[in-house]
Amino acid sequence: MEKKVAIFRKEHFNAAHRLFVHGWTDEQNLEQFGKCSNPHFHGHNYELVVKVTGIPDPVTGYVINLSTLSSIIQKHVLARFDHKNLNLDTKEFASLNPTAENIVYVIYEILRKELDASLDLSVRLYETERNFVEYPA
Amino acid sequence: MVFLTRIEHFNAAHKLYNPSWAREKNEEVFGVCANENWHGHNYELYVTIKGTPDPETGFLFDVKKLSEIIKEHIIEKLDHRNLNIEVDFMKDKMCSTENLAIGIWNQLKNRLPAAVSLHAIKLYETPRIFVEYFGQS
Repeated sequence: MEKKVAIFRKEHFNAAHRLFVHGWTDEQNLEQFGKCSNPHFHGHNYELVVKVTGIPDPVTGYVINLSTLSSIIQKHVLARFDHKNLNLDTKEFASLNPTAENIVYVIYEILRKELDASLDLSVRLYETERNFVEYPA
Repeated sequence: MVFLTRIEHFNAAHKLYNPSWAREKNEEVFGVCANENWHGHNYELYVTIKGTPDPETGFLFDVKKLSEIIKEHIIEKLDHRNLNIEVDFMKDKMCSTENLAIGIWNQLKNRLPAAVSLHAIKLYETPRIFVEYFGQS
C-alpha cells in the first residue's frame, strides 16, 4: 500500500516576547506594533501542531513513531523556547522579529533537519486561540 | 440567587521570583518559571457575580457594563503587560496566579452596583492550570 497518511503531534510552550524590528527606534516599533512592542514584554501559551506525512512502514505500520517525534520536538523546540524570552534568551530571535510567522518558519526549519527526507512536514502554531499561522503555506 | 459569568482574556509576561532570595533558591523553588528574562501566558479570566434578576429587565446586571468594568480596571492594566513590573495592584507581591486572582478580586469588589456582589474569580494561566478565589469568608 503506497498511500500517504498524515500524523499529528500537539505540544505547547509558554514564552515572553515583544515585536521589535532591530534598527528601528522604540517609537517606530510602538507605532507599527502597538502594545505588542511593549519594552517590558508580554507573553503567550503557544500551541504547536506538527504534521508529518508519509507512507506507513509495511512492517510497523508507522509513518513515524510518535514517541520519537515527541522527543525530537521536546529536544529541539521546547527546550529552546519553553519558559524563555524569545527576544533575549534565544539565538534564533536575537535579531529576527519573533512574530508568529517567523516563529513557525524557524520551528519548521529546526524540525525539517531532524526528520527523514522521505517525510513531508507542516507546522501550525497558535499564538492565541484565534491567532495562528501555518508553514509551508 | 443567580450567578452570571463574563469571560475575558489577556496576554502577559511574568516570572516567579522572590527578590529577597538568591537566584539559586528561586530556581530551586520555581524552576523554569524563575527565568529572569520572563516568560508569558494567555490568561483566561472568569468573573462571576451573583444576585437576583431585576423584575423589569430580567437582568442580574447588564453584561456589557460588567465587561466595561472588567476592561477598564483589569484588562487595560494587564493585557500585553509585564505583571511583575507594570501593574500597580501587584506591586511588591509575588506574581503567582493565586495572588493575581486575589488582586483582581480586590480591584473589582467595590466597583459593582449594590444589588449584585462578586462571587468568584477564576483565572486560567494555561488550559490546564487555573485558580479560583471566592473572597475572604
